[in-house]
Amino acid sequence: MIISQQKPFEEILSALGDSRSVFIVGCAKCATVCKSGGEEEVWQMQEALTSSGREVTGSIIIDEACHMLRVGRDLRSKQQMVDDADALLVMACGAGIQSVSAAIPKKTVAALDSMFLGNIKRFGHFEQKCSLCGDCILNESAGICPVTACSKGLLNGPCGGMDEGRCETDPDAECAWALIFARMKESGDTLNLVKSSPPKNYTKIPKPGKLKLSK
Amino acid sequence: MTEITSNLERKLARGEFVLTAEVCPPKGTDCSDFLKWSRTLAGVIDAINVTDNQGANMRISPLAASLILHREGVEPLFQITCRDRNRLALQSDLLGAAALGIRNVLALTGDHISFGDHREGKAVFDLDSVQLLESMKVLESGFDLSGKKLAGTPSFFVGAAAAPEAEPFELTLFKLRKKAAAGAKFFQTQAVFRPEKMARFADAVAPSGVKIIAGVLLLKSAGMARYINKNIPGLTVPDEIVAELEQAANPAETGVEIACRLANALKPYSDGIHIMAMGREEVIPEIAQALK
Ligand code: SF4
Ligand code: SF4
Repeated sequence: MIISQQKPFEEILSALGDSRSVFIVGCAKCATVCKSGGEEEVWQMQEALTSSGREVTGSIIIDEACHMLRVGRDLRSKQQMVDDADALLVMACGAGIQSVSAAIPKKTVAALDSMFLGNIKRFGHFEQKCSLCGDCILNESAGICPVTACSKGLLNGPCGGMDEGRCETDPDAECAWALIFARMKESGDTLNLVKSSPPKNYTKIPKPGKLKLSK
Repeated sequence: MTEITSNLERKLARGEFVLTAEVCPPKGTDCSDFLKWSRTLAGVIDAINVTDNQGANMRISPLAASLILHREGVEPLFQITCRDRNRLALQSDLLGAAALGIRNVLALTGDHISFGDHREGKAVFDLDSVQLLESMKVLESGFDLSGKKLAGTPSFFVGAAAAPEAEPFELTLFKLRKKAAAGAKFFQTQAVFRPEKMARFADAVAPSGVKIIAGVLLLKSAGMARYINKNIPGLTVPDEIVAELEQAANPAETGVEIACRLANALKPYSDGIHIMAMGREEVIPEIAQALK
């Protein structure tokens, strides 16, 4: 899921600028699990905005804010409240925010910073395991992604800063290559310790990414 | 065509013991100190390592600084890291170095950007050090990474970094082997404080035939040693050395003694010594003398 965090309230206020009345959009999926844009957070945002002198015309929690058709449809169901607002404040990931800005030609303000595609380790604890590189090498790296788990994304072994199996950028974190190495030894699948991995192919993810499934 | 070789390369090939030292290029355009030290050291040192935004701190381009030395007749060892350049920039800087007559290259991954003075920047790491070494081989074959033919083929004397003290050793060893296979002709090591670890490293590297230039770091105080332990990736000054500096009447002098002692202790396991004087270039000749 997409991990997101609320921006500081001051920053949100300054981005709202002169907009006195606000319609709030949350998301029922990722932003709810991250506690950054679910029902509770939308409600708290409404309270905070009201007490700082803004009017909240209404709010909605969209089932998946990244679903553009659904966002358009759901916002139409609240047409009046949306029309009454000077701005829409969106408490969803960057994709969700842009579903809203694409659907409504009105000032759209981002309330969250989108961070990464995360695994849920336990409640409220997220970890990035994949950076969506488009050219997956997990089959060659014992199922642990060095592109993501290594701070430098190194594909051929640990850097000179690794010591005691720890990462140079964070002594509390294990070096990705210590993990990969251990797993390769365990499984006996050690080809990649001998054969070097070639540079990654970035043409596999055009920017912006696009995919159309053929029927 | 006769192959151009570097002094460093010729000496290592003849089995002579070499000395290299690091001189940090300036932050700014005034290269006078950089040049002064490099000239002073040229008499005792075989090649001067020109660092590449060392510790992710922005400085003058190491290619420009290497050329400044080269023009003065001082042999540079051009360090190039993957942190700040993608595969295009790496190749074009390497071609530039070759066209300018700079032959010694140390191919590095680079310290993480979070250690330096531009932490908010975007780190590149399009290639890693093994892939960089392999790219240099490709360039030397007359082609670029896209398979296009080069007009004029570069030729390098290529080195790579190694961290002999890092544990677990086994985990570093497979990467060293990849570096050797990718064409590294010498390993210039991180500072070594425990000669017994150097012995282990030399044993492991011996079958590859890659030459070893062992790193010696000049310490000037216990405070500096503690700072390094805390802030410099991959470096650990052992407690007994920190204590020795702590108890010294003149820690700066004791630091030189320690460096001389280590250099001599590492000599049997290496083909040369690399001195990192950390701004105290004036004592490099003394360390060089102690090795005689
Ligand atoms: S290699 Fe890593 S970043 Fe790329 S797709 Fe696979 S898991 Fe994701
Ligand atoms: S210590 Fe390991 S995980 Fe950290 S940057 Fe170096 S190779 Fe990557």
